[in-house]
Amino acid sequence: MPVFEINGNSYEVDEDGFLQEPERWNHEVAKDFANTEAITDLTEEHWKVIDYIRNYYLEFGIAPMVRKVCKETGHKLSEIYKLFPSGPAKGACKLAGLPKPAGCV
Amino acid sequence: MPEKLLSIEPNNPEGDWREAKAEFRKGTICYSAAPKNVTYLGLPNPRPWQPFDADWKLPPDWKQTILDGMKERLQKYRSFRLFMEICVRCGACADKCHFYIGSGDPKNMPVLRAELMRSVYRRYFTLTGRLFGSLVGARELTEDVIKEWFYYFCQCTECRRCSVFCPYGIDTAEITMMGRELLDLIGCNINWVLEPAANCFRTGNHLGVQPHAFQDSLQFAAGEASEITGLPIEVPINRKGAEILFVMPSADYFGTPHYYTLLGYLMLFHEIGLDYTVSAFASEGGNFGLFSSHELTKRLNAKIYEEAKRLGVKWILGGECGHMWRVFHQYMDTMNGPADFLEPPVSPITGTRFENARATRAVHICEFTADLIHHGKLRLDPSRNDRWNVTYHDSCNPSRAMGLLEEPRHILKNVCRNFHEMPENTIREQTFCCGSGAGLGTDENLEMRLRGGFPRANAVKYVREKHGVNLLACICAIDKATLPTLMEYWVPGVEVAGVHELLGNALIMTGEKERTTDLRGEDLRGEDLRVENLRGERLTKEEATRE
Repeated sequence: MPVFEINGNSYEVDEDGFLQEPERWNHEVAKDFANTEAITDLTEEHWKVIDYIRNYYLEFGIAPMVRKVCKETGHKLSEIYKLFPSGPAKGACKLAGLPKPAGCV
Repeated sequence: MPEKLLSIEPNNPEGDWREAKAEFRKGTICYSAAPKNVTYLGLPNPRPWQPFDADWKLPPDWKQTILDGMKERLQKYRSFRLFMEICVRCGACADKCHFYIGSGDPKNMPVLRAELMRSVYRRYFTLTGRLFGSLVGARELTEDVIKEWFYYFCQCTECRRCSVFCPYGIDTAEITMMGRELLDLIGCNINWVLEPAANCFRTGNHLGVQPHAFQDSLQFAAGEASEITGLPIEVPINRKGAEILFVMPSADYFGTPHYYTLLGYLMLFHEIGLDYTVSAFASEGGNFGLFSSHELTKRLNAKIYEEAKRLGVKWILGGECGHMWRVFHQYMDTMNGPADFLEPPVSPITGTRFENARATRAVHICEFTADLIHHGKLRLDPSRNDRWNVTYHDSCNPSRAMGLLEEPRHILKNVCRNFHEMPENTIREQTFCCGSGAGLGTDENLEMRLRGGFPRANAVKYVREKHGVNLLACICAIDKATLPTLMEYWVPGVEVAGVHELLGNALIMTGEKERTTDLRGEDLRGEDLRVENLRGERLTKEEATRE
């Protein structure tokens, strides 16, 4: 399994760089992964999305629906793309330490 | 940049075509299935490996396993034996494949893709092949041949366009299916197929949505539908004794733009007072088992009838999903039927008997809705879709595997006022694939997806330039997931929507408040006809064209 190394930390990831050790996640981990998404500064707006997705995942075992992320965080889809250039499923979920969703998505 | 992929090099290699050569690189391959998913499904040879590794860690007896597997299937499936025997290499299929058109790789001609397996068939299962070998187009089964199978059978979306043109009616998709089934026996499978399949086993759906999340998502959607219409829209879950079990692809309650189609379903069912239920167990219409093996197809499909039986419904209504309908229409009855505990479907609103679904007892929602419209049971205001100029992409399986051609068009022509068909050799039974079906819709395969989707995109570009089309309607969850990327790359400014999203917009519901937005939350009354691109940015038509 590929390993992602940064700032002296190393993480087991999948081929697309998604964290494979969900129990290790915390805000510091999210900051490490932000580098892979070309996000230099994690703002309050980023954390709102990341924490919402993370908490939903802990409760429901899956990422929330894209539409739900928008509504619950008060961001339009376009704003989420501005925060996370590769989008809610790939960018935001990656920083929130979720596995990559597979299927008709 | 589109220019790069537009330069399609006719890649005619030096030397004999029987030399197995496949170059694995990111962009045109799919990652291998993760060991945990292989193990979960009880399939052989779970191990970490990737297609670009030199050593694929095949089991020691891999060759015998493949040959035994072929022998067993040649006896079991007469179609397989027939398709191995009868091709006359006329070439009618050669330029019909979207992957050949988009890649220029001759081994993506359906005839040659099939020949990759026929050559092995000849060598080991025919007398002339055993005696004369390469003189009669036979070749040894080597590890390189296995790699080549993997490469090209994962560059076929099983869309069956080629089979429409075959004078013998050879279904090349079935050859691909056999190829993938044989590769499964030695553990050469892709993650984008086996992870959804494993999830489906665990939670009832490809995305791995557990029952409490299923309920949360559906109720959220019902809440939004209620907000838009001002009506108390509810969604019944696992309700025993309902008349109808509604089954949809899980992406409908997860992804965008799928989600807006879900809103459309819920609004329609509310308006006609349908006695129905959805199920957290049969929470997936799709069946990624189809992209792996008959055995896995059957195992994943079993839950549909099981759940219909448990809930005591009369019949099954199915949502906007593509390959689900190949499974429902062509396999379900014989794999897991007969469904004699259900009744032949009759619309409770119009009294129409769906004779075509007499055996499977499963009706496509487009048939159901088109019938409602045909009988004047729905009040519609197509002007609510005026911001859209619509064309329709026939999703491969509903069109070619079940002949669903007129019904979606009947709906579209009643719910919107601007509708234009793409050229006739790119629609209906000749429809071009999205390029991402059959489990190939994953990001590491993006270059090949954009190449394979090029013929479809080209036809969309034609109607965009000629008629100003800005919306591509379709009835498949893989389409909804992958066509937005395809459009963004080849035809910017064209969005993607399900047919029932447009229906939901146009549907005048009893007691509804004045609609101020469409299902996407866009202002219905404003002059603002800007379109949203894949990244959710709102652009004017001119900006979108420039982009």
